[in-house]
Amino acid sequence: MNLNSHKIPDVVNTPSRFRNPIGKYRLSRSKECIACGRCVEICPYGVHDIKRGRVLTRNAYRCVGPDCVTPCIKECPVKALSLRRNPTFDTLGDYRWTPDLLASSWHMAETGNVPPGGLEYRVGASGGGFDKLRLLLPLPGKALPVEESEVDVGVDLNRRNDRAHRIRIEVPFYGGGMSYGSVSIMTMLSRIKAASALGTFCCTGEGGYPDELKPYDDHVITQVATGLFGVREETIKRVKIVEFKYAQGAKPGLGGHLLGDKVTPGVARMREAVVGFPLFSPFPFHSVYSVEDHKKHVDWIKAINPQALVSVKVSTPTDVDMVAVGSYYAGAHIIHLDGSYGGTGAAPDIAKKNIAMPIEYALPKVHRFLIQEGVRDKITVIASGGIRTPHDVAKIIALGADGVCTGTADLVALECIRCHNCESGRGCARGIATTDAELMNLIDVEWGTQRIINLFLAWRRELVRILKRLGMKSLRELVGRTDCLVHLDYMKKQE
Amino acid sequence: MPKKYAIHTKPAPNRFKAITPSGIIAWEEGCLKCAVCVKKRCVYRVYEQRGLDSRQMVDSIDNQCMNCLRCVQGCPKELIHKSSNPEFKSLGDTHWTPDIIAKLWAQAETGKIPVSGAGYPGPFSGDGFDAMWTDMSEIVRPTRDGIHGREYISTAVDLGKTPRHLVFNEKGELQSRIPKFLDIPIPVLMRVPSFGAVSEETIRGWAMAAKRLGTFLCLPVHQGKKHLDRYRSHLMPILPEGLLKSGRGLRGLRAVELPWTETWDEALNSVRKAMPSALISVHLPLDKAVKQRALALARAGVSMIHLEGSYSGRAMDDDSTAMKDVLRSVHRALIEEGIRDEMTLVASGGLALAEHVAKAILCGADAVVIDFPILIALECRMCRRCVKGLSCPVEIEKAEAPWVASRVYNLFGAFHNQLLEVMGAMGIRDARRLRGEVGRAMFFEELDKPVFGTLGEVKEGYELE
Repeated sequence: MNLNSHKIPDVVNTPSRFRNPIGKYRLSRSKECIACGRCVEICPYGVHDIKRGRVLTRNAYRCVGPDCVTPCIKECPVKALSLRRNPTFDTLGDYRWTPDLLASSWHMAETGNVPPGGLEYRVGASGGGFDKLRLLLPLPGKALPVEESEVDVGVDLNRRNDRAHRIRIEVPFYGGGMSYGSVSIMTMLSRIKAASALGTFCCTGEGGYPDELKPYDDHVITQVATGLFGVREETIKRVKIVEFKYAQGAKPGLGGHLLGDKVTPGVARMREAVVGFPLFSPFPFHSVYSVEDHKKHVDWIKAINPQALVSVKVSTPTDVDMVAVGSYYAGAHIIHLDGSYGGTGAAPDIAKKNIAMPIEYALPKVHRFLIQEGVRDKITVIASGGIRTPHDVAKIIALGADGVCTGTADLVALECIRCHNCESGRGCARGIATTDAELMNLIDVEWGTQRIINLFLAWRRELVRILKRLGMKSLRELVGRTDCLVHLDYMKKQE
Repeated sequence: MPKKYAIHTKPAPNRFKAITPSGIIAWEEGCLKCAVCVKKRCVYRVYEQRGLDSRQMVDSIDNQCMNCLRCVQGCPKELIHKSSNPEFKSLGDTHWTPDIIAKLWAQAETGKIPVSGAGYPGPFSGDGFDAMWTDMSEIVRPTRDGIHGREYISTAVDLGKTPRHLVFNEKGELQSRIPKFLDIPIPVLMRVPSFGAVSEETIRGWAMAAKRLGTFLCLPVHQGKKHLDRYRSHLMPILPEGLLKSGRGLRGLRAVELPWTETWDEALNSVRKAMPSALISVHLPLDKAVKQRALALARAGVSMIHLEGSYSGRAMDDDSTAMKDVLRSVHRALIEEGIRDEMTLVASGGLALAEHVAKAILCGADAVVIDFPILIALECRMCRRCVKGLSCPVEIEKAEAPWVASRVYNLFGAFHNQLLEVMGAMGIRDARRLRGEVGRAMFFEELDKPVFGTLGEVKEGYELE
């Protein structure tokens, strides 16, 4: 299989599925408007529209506000337009996913490009970690010139050089596990179809492997987690990558919990469980109490599917470095560190905030320890748990990761607004994380697929642009390059 | 194993509509009267169940809205909007934040631990206990059938003095005198807060809860009136300064608290004489002198020291010093002195969430005392109108004792379950072993600089992005 011939998919403009997309600004047009069409003419973003002699502000969400170079509010001859912030916009989001980050991700999912202005699309407002790190780039023209077509952002996942598949992903990210049951089949299909188009993978999570995913087997990672829900010999044989989930960042050291309401007949069949009863995925694997036990698990997968790559997903305790080395010696190809601030499903707030450390601390620790042990180039290190933007990807790679897993970003592309109510009642009211028959039909698979493709194509473009600025031809050159980063709290004044 | 400690919570509804972070603004003007209005299609049926509370003049809609924004995004005339609620933002202060207050309300109402989807929404880290994470264990689990299983995690701790060793005679009979100690099933005591629209009925409710929970309520001695007689075994009165003349009126009490003064030893002796069988706790302000004073008290055989931090969880005399650092240093000093295991250390001041309980214990306390959370459990908005002599917007003084007790009981139920969550993840099965276990904690100061401290150089000819 020659994956190098992978064709990058095209961006197809894919607007919001709702009538009124949410923008940062609101433009109001008063009765004074004389329909001269001046605003339609000068707006670079297509905010205004003229039809049969009437001018309408159709796409106010695209307005970049004060960043606009040809502001319609000033150019209007009768001053009929007024601009103000959208109050709804300010009720959205939180410290990590600010309203700006949400809206810029929606822009990328619609257009495949980063926003033209008005929105901060690189960092959030958490006041630490990624949000205090900045990329240190040579001034334009200073780095070695690199052609865009020369830049490689792909990642080889098998670095052990054993008899398992040689797998390369074309973009430095793949989809993290979200189970059938926690999200709808529409969401699952959208993510997997997008992964397949982008030349990467997407994980099924712990909830079985629905038959609908069969056409995309070569892009599926199936998860073996503590509840072993939906794990069968046949599903292990079907895929190229198998992921062991020991723990997850959002609730490290705690099991998974699917509320009874979400156990619909379809979910129950898939998980071989009873309709309407809650399902607990225990913690930990009761068959694993040591690295030796873990090796037994890995060997078991290799006996069933000798060519499968084995990924080990762990959370980030103090001794995460030892866990990573242990996983390597047990035969894993990928060590996947899930930091404490990520996660998509429901989890106790006390766990999300307090248990285990943020990925920004864990990853450099693991990277350094693997180098000391002399095995860093034999294992692929994947980071997840709070990766929101292409800049986060570049930063965590510079801290020592080979690639990342995404989760929340995919959902934001599908217009998740992070209301945090995934678990209540019928599930997500916006049809993303639900198994309710009516609500899940709010998402059309084609639409969802294209939104996710667009978002990640925009990420890819940003990463290529960053690498070009750094004078690097491959993302591999950026791995562990902490000299390309500056932390604002420790920044020295320029001489 | 001893019987498992369980707090059986049941919902205790709010008496007033809670203040919400945002509100719905829906205009009527320009409405097209669509046959299938977005309001009718609300997933949570918020508009259908809408009502006006005539007493409070509050529209119930904001309390039911789940912020999915489908109506906002669906209305063809864009007549529906959401807007942040300034009243919510102005709740409390910088320590007792609107978010903390709202979380305490919800826990007291439902008895359930706060759970939400879609990752952690808060800041990266912060001051005090926010600069701390608790550890987890990848493969080791303290119990074999889950944290709520039969093989349970114990949150019980002892208050009082444990002897260094036991002495037996030749016949194998115990010779040592066993000092007085009390065990409580949850490492949280409560104290009547320093302000609040509190009535005798409120205090009775808190005392009821303390007894049901098996913990203690600390209160100024003059508040411990006759109506609390049934709960005396679970009260810990705070004695006035000075010598105690007689133990009259203090019968039936198992514990008392004594404020620290320069002449604490005389006062302590008078209390010991008057109440020979009671556990005596000395109340020490958490300030610059705390370490020396705590050492002196411990050397003199005081069995329990209560360190009281400020209203916002800091040193009493220095706002830049966090309680966690003082606790760690006092705990260490007592260990170095070799007397840590012979006394009990409890901490109070600004402790607001279940995570603070676990973190204070990790820093060296045996147990904690909470004050304002038991008031916020009663819907207090921390508006301080009562301090100015104005009426309480949620009429706390009128609440009946059983309701007060069930709200606080629920709050403790939620705290207990959250303690089980963090202890379970840490692989710790007994709250007594959590104390001072900093190996199961991670601190910002120890993590941030080693990772990022060297990332400070901006080379010439480079720019930041």
